[in-house]
Amino acid sequence: MRLVYFARVREALGRDVEDIDFPGKVQTVAEALDWLASQSPSHAEAFADRSKLRFALDQRMVKADAAISGASEFAIFPPVTGG
Amino acid sequence: MIRVSIHTEAFDIAAEAAMLERLGVGAVATFTGIVRADDGVTAIELEHYPGMTEASLSDICEEALQRWGLAGCTIIHRVGRMEVGEPIVLVLAAAAHRAAALEACAYLIDRLKTDAPFWKKEYRDADAVWVEAKASDTQRATRWD
Repeated sequence: MRLVYFARVREALGRDVEDIDFPGKVQTVAEALDWLASQSPSHAEAFADRSKLRFALDQRMVKADAAISGASEFAIFPPVTGG
Repeated sequence: MIRVSIHTEAFDIAAEAAMLERLGVGAVATFTGIVRADDGVTAIELEHYPGMTEASLSDICEEALQRWGLAGCTIIHRVGRMEVGEPIVLVLAAAAHRAAALEACAYLIDRLKTDAPFWKKEYRDADAVWVEAKASDTQRATRWD
């Protein structure tokens, strides 16, 4: 699955994209964040405050309990601030 | 008629308005957002999520078209670096009467602020800080629910 990061999350991780094969037990957005945080300190730090994160699966906004299976692009970013 | 565009260069308000005026429907409301010289801000930088941004703005326009029976609506949003006083975003709504045009215009900018994947960074000379989302923006957007 392709992960894409924006704004503060992108800067915290030092990358804008990475390809991740999640283990089968990882089924939701929240579980994916937990798993990534367990893999590296930089992910743990970037995802520490979940209230400051928003998510999109295949470019549609979703909540943290959304199932990730079937999605090819998983975006993680801060609350939006355009306009 | 829906027109959505995201680009770095400045936009031409008169040309954008003229496209909707030609529909001959009676009212065109326009909103322009400008880089504000907030407590020492010298410039801003806008980042977006290519693809999702365009889809999100088109959805917002579609919703406004249905809800107010608009003849057309346009959203132009710039990305990249902009200095104080430069235009950031342009929203236009064309309808038969002013109430629908004005309300739809307010709806479009309120929804854009909470739904479209843009992120703003403020520069105070060399200092750069990501702007935090405002609860007041979310509050304003809920009045349309």
